Order: sequence, then C-alpha cells, then structure tokens
Amino acid sequence: MNAPAIRVDGLGKRYRIGERVRYKSLRESLSNAVMRTFRGGRRAEETIWALKDVSFEVQPGEVVGVIGRNGAGKSTMLKILSRITEPTEGRVELHGRVGSLLEVGTGFHLELTGRENIYLNGAILGMKRAEIERKFDEIVAFAEIERFLDTPVKHYSTGMYLRLAFAVAAHLEPEILLVDEVLAVGDAEFQKKCLGKMGEVAHTGRTVVFVSHNMGAVARICRRALLMVGGHMAADGPTSAIVARYLAGMQSANPSWLRPKSNPGGDSVVFQQVTTRGVDGEAKSAFLGDERVETEIRYEVRRPLAACQVGVRINNAEGLTILTTADADASGTSALAKRPGTFRATFSIPGNLLAPGRYSLFLSAHTPGRSIYDQVDQTVTFEVMAARSLTSIDNRLGVLAPLLVWNTTEEAE
Amino acid sequence: MPPVPAVPAPPLPTLVIEPRPGWRAFDLTDLWAFRELLYFLVWRDIKVRYKQTVLGAAWAILQPLATAVVFTLFFGRLAGIGSDGLPYPLFSYAGLLVWTFFAQGLAQSSASVVGSANLITKVYFPRVVIPFAAVIAGLLDLAVATPLLLLMMAYYKVWPGIAIVALPLVLLLALLTAIGVGLWLSALNVEYRDVRFVVPFLVQLWLFVTPVIYPASVVAPHLEKLGVPGWVLGLNPMAGVVEGFRWAMLGRGAAPAALIAASAAVAVLLCVTGAFYFRSMERSFADVV
Repeated sequence: MNAPAIRVDGLGKRYRIGERVRYKSLRESLSNAVMRTFRGGRRAEETIWALKDVSFEVQPGEVVGVIGRNGAGKSTMLKILSRITEPTEGRVELHGRVGSLLEVGTGFHLELTGRENIYLNGAILGMKRAEIERKFDEIVAFAEIERFLDTPVKHYSTGMYLRLAFAVAAHLEPEILLVDEVLAVGDAEFQKKCLGKMGEVAHTGRTVVFVSHNMGAVARICRRALLMVGGHMAADGPTSAIVARYLAGMQSANPSWLRPKSNPGGDSVVFQQVTTRGVDGEAKSAFLGDERVETEIRYEVRRPLAACQVGVRINNAEGLTILTTADADASGTSALAKRPGTFRATFSIPGNLLAPGRYSLFLSAHTPGRSIYDQVDQTVTFEVMAARSLTSIDNRLGVLAPLLVWNTTEEAE
Repeated sequence: MPPVPAVPAPPLPTLVIEPRPGWRAFDLTDLWAFRELLYFLVWRDIKVRYKQTVLGAAWAILQPLATAVVFTLFFGRLAGIGSDGLPYPLFSYAGLLVWTFFAQGLAQSSASVVGSANLITKVYFPRVVIPFAAVIAGLLDLAVATPLLLLMMAYYKVWPGIAIVALPLVLLLALLTAIGVGLWLSALNVEYRDVRFVVPFLVQLWLFVTPVIYPASVVAPHLEKLGVPGWVLGLNPMAGVVEGFRWAMLGRGAAPAALIAASAAVAVLLCVTGAFYFRSMERSFADVV
C-alpha cells in the first residue's frame, strides 16, 4: 500500500476572540498597554477552537467530500491544508504538489483583459508560465470567451467572468486538489459545467478534498465523506451514509417560527406560528427530494372579516418566488369570510416538486386588492436535499424538479 | 476501497504543516520558487498603473521634474543652497529621481499587504512576494524618468566618470532600503491600520533629513564641529543612496565611502529585521487582514 497523500494528525486551530475583532489601531494598543500596567497582569484572553483533534488520512487518488454546517470548521481545515493559515496544534503531511481553490477568480483584476487575467490568475494559483501557455487555448475554449479575450474583464457579464475564472482554476493540475464551495456561485448551467469538470478531475487519479454544502455534488463526485460538527470530525465513511447522518443532524435547526413577543400584531389577523413537518408529523426542516413537506400555520382572527385570504409564498435562496398558495384556493374564490378565534391551517408541498435548495415561507393575510392585515417575511426556512431525488443523479437544470409522466409509444409506419 | 491510485513516476514532494512558534527569517529559496508570481505581480502593478492614468508614463517624469523646478526656484535661487558645484536643477533632479523611487516604494509597499487581502485569505504563496513586487514595480518609473536626467546632463555638459560602474550597487542599496522599510510598514499596517496615516508624514520628514535639497557637504562641517563624524549622516540609509547616486552618475568629488558604508549597514539591518518581523506576523495575516 502506498503512503497516504494526506495525513492529518490531531489538527487544531484556536482563535483568540480578540483576533476576530478585525484589526487594532496603534492608539488603542498603546492605551491598552498603559492601562494594563495599572491594572496589573494580563487579563485572560477568550479563545475558541474553530478546529480540534481532527485526524484523517486520504489515499492517493481518493476523492473525499467534507460536509457540515456553517462554522463546523470545514473552511478552517481547508485553509490550514492550503497553508493560508497556520494550525495551533497538530500536524499535516501532504505528499504531492498542492493546489487549492477556495474561490474562483482570486486575484482577477478588473482593469486587465481576459488574456492578462489568465496569466495573472494562473500564476497566483501556482502554475508555471510555460504551463499556462501550454493550456492557454484550452482555457479560452472552456470559458467560451474567444471574442472577448482582449477586453478588460470589467466589461464581462457575470457569467463570462465566472466561466473564465473557473476555466483557469479547472486547468490547475496538482496531485492534490483542495476545493471549497466554488460551485456555489453562478447560474445552474455554469454549476453544471463546473460539476462536470470536477467529475472529470475526480477520475484522473488526483487526490481531491472537496468541501461543499451541495449534498448532490458531494454524492455525485465523492465516494467517501467526512462530517464535521463543531470543529470536530464527527463521522468518516461512504458518502451515502455520511450524507444521511448529516441530514439527520440538520433536523435540529429550528423548523418552527413563533411570533416574537415584541410584535403583538394588529387588530385583525395575527400569525402566531409556522411549522414544517415530515409525513410522520415530526417537526423538521430538512427534507429529501421525494419527501412531502407538511406545513402548519396557526393564526388568530381578532375581528370578523368578510373576505380574507391567508396566503403563502415560497421563495428560493435567490429570492425567486417559486409559487404562491392560499387557503381560499380550493373554494375557487380569492378570499373567505373569517370569524374571530384561533385557527390551524395546513397544506402540503408534494415531494418531487421543488428542486434541491433552500426555501423560505412568506406569509400574508389580506383582502386581495384592498387591505393587508398581517405579513411576515421569511418565517421558516427549509431545505430540500438532492439525495434521493432524480436531480442528484443527473444534476438537471430548473427551479422545479417534478416527476412528469412520460408516455412513449412506437409509431406504426 | 479507494480507487487504484495513479502514482506519477517521480517521487512526490512532501510538505509538512505544523505550528512553528517563535521568530524566523523567510527562506530566500521560497522567494526564488515563486519568482514567476513575483514577476506577474510586478507586471500587474505596472499594467494597471499605466492603464488607469491619462498621462501614463509621463507621471514618472512629471513628479520629480515638478518638484525639482520648485526646489530650484526656492532653495537653489532664493535660499542659495549649495549644490557641490553642480547646476542646482541637475543636482536636485538627480536626488529626486532616487528619492521618488524610494517614496513611491514606501507608499505602495506599506499598503500592499492590506490591499491584497483577497489574495491572502484565498491562496498560499510566500507573502513577502507582495511588498517585494510593490517596490520592484517602482523601478520602471525610475527607468522612465532617467532619460531626462541624461538630457539634463548633456545640456549642462556634466559627464559621469569611472564611478558610474558603482551605479548598480547604489541602486541595489536604494532597493534594499525601500524593501527593508516596506517590509516593516506593510506588516505593521496589517496589525495597526493607522500606519497608512503615518506613511505620508514619514516620507515628508524623511525627505528633509535626507540630502536631496542640500548636499551632505553642507551639513557635515556642522556635525564635525560638534565632534560627530560626517558619516553619521549615513545612518539614514537614503543619505547614502542619494549621495551615492549623485557621485556615481554625475561624477563629482571623491567617493562618499564612509557615508555609503554606514547606509549599507543600516539598509541591511532594516532588511534583516524587517524580514524577521514580517515573517513572524505573516502567519496571522490571513486571520487579521
């Protein structure tokens, strides 16, 4: 057996809370120093461990996904592996040239042309000039920017800019590649292209460590995954098992919205609570692609209303409204009469409808075209995970991912 | 089981990452390994500078020229400050040429690390490349402004002597001084953001204690009267640079050897301590910047 490409042993990174307070000024430091001599002694500094006791090995050619919530230490670990920041304790051994990709377009300069940026960015990512020259045409072709090669990138569209940036990065050829969330930017088409390229990279025998929130991407590219929780390594194993465990852990995020005490509401309709539940009635906020999302809304009506609609808008993470639904829909009218009291309204969002991603519910109680009684933006947020939906298999495009019934028959001559 | 590894034939380089406390100097081999990046950063600085300005290269000449004109009027004519027997315009322009290189290098390099925050937090390379690139990019301005000096020399019929062979050494001294101070200021600026307010002030004061407006020969006798040897002026490394540049380029008088030696010693000291300080601060750049 070969020596591992990456060996991480007892890795830890401690931040002083003070360091998080961006930077100091000379004046402050001087006055603090003076104060300290009067108070005597140094005050104990508060510290937090962003990463603690992390150990693992990666064999050459292995493609490993690292998943976990924000603040779980994924990015800190990647920053240590790519030598951007130093560990506080522990040791890392890397066998092979290391390339890290923590962002696409690092060091791009808006005033420079596409051609100039390819060289600059390549050099920053650690490519030799000869290497960049050799791959130049390939990069340009991948980015599809031939015509704009000599235009300053400040005139590029966002899409062109990202394509160019990714193209340079994608042609980096180290033995060990560290990738962080770079696919989280850009439109679906761009993401698809990037994923395709990543998949290719994964099959060329390179060692890849891939940090992502996109379960679909991790599931597609990596056979093995590491789960990080609170700076520790919580699990290490086959991707499917680790993703399932991560999803189970996600459930503790708040699946319920409660009206804050500070806002008692008006005298007509007041929303009290919104909860998302699984089919078993258990409150939760992460759903598999084929799961139904049961939504429950509790509201209070404080005076009789002749015509009122309780409506819900579902927005995706980009702020795009995916659909709007209302309690009066089934009646064929736009609003219903309401009598005073507390009500519980439910509806379910079918499985295999929403594409993987994050969604928030926006509530509104109003008489269409007339008055608004209560309106609450972004009540609960839930996540639809790619695992176990068709989109995780082929990463198809679109904001919806329904299963439509196809019928294919052979036509007679 | 992991997929069958495709191991390239040559042995792979091994990299160990560990916390390394304490002071340490940077590896010059590191700087050498990243020389292409240094080249590209210098190239970027120059390109961007000339793309964003209307006058482009003319700025490099205009700045020392305009200052030299003002100095000539006020210090040369009105105050009648000596110039070692050289025509005052030539005397001051020559001094200002190297001075401007230093002042620009200081301004650019002190802001360079903070200005490259997006690089520092996203990709690894020896950070020392950044202030180096900022200083080195200034060499182009120096080169652009030099032909005017040659024209002035031709006009005043001042020819360089054999001392011209020492010119590269004098320029190296200028480079070392700018880098030494640049290393200190750029690292300090990461930790203490008020450094950027200090720099313009520092440059201004420094100009007056450096023999740019006046020759060292005017000050030295006063010092000697106090029992202080004239080479003490050289403890300001820019004194050695400016005096040395005039001596090498304009070929008047004997070599200010003691002065330059003192300056060289201080410049080397600045570089070495700057390197240590920069290196010890470097590891926290990504966390603080």
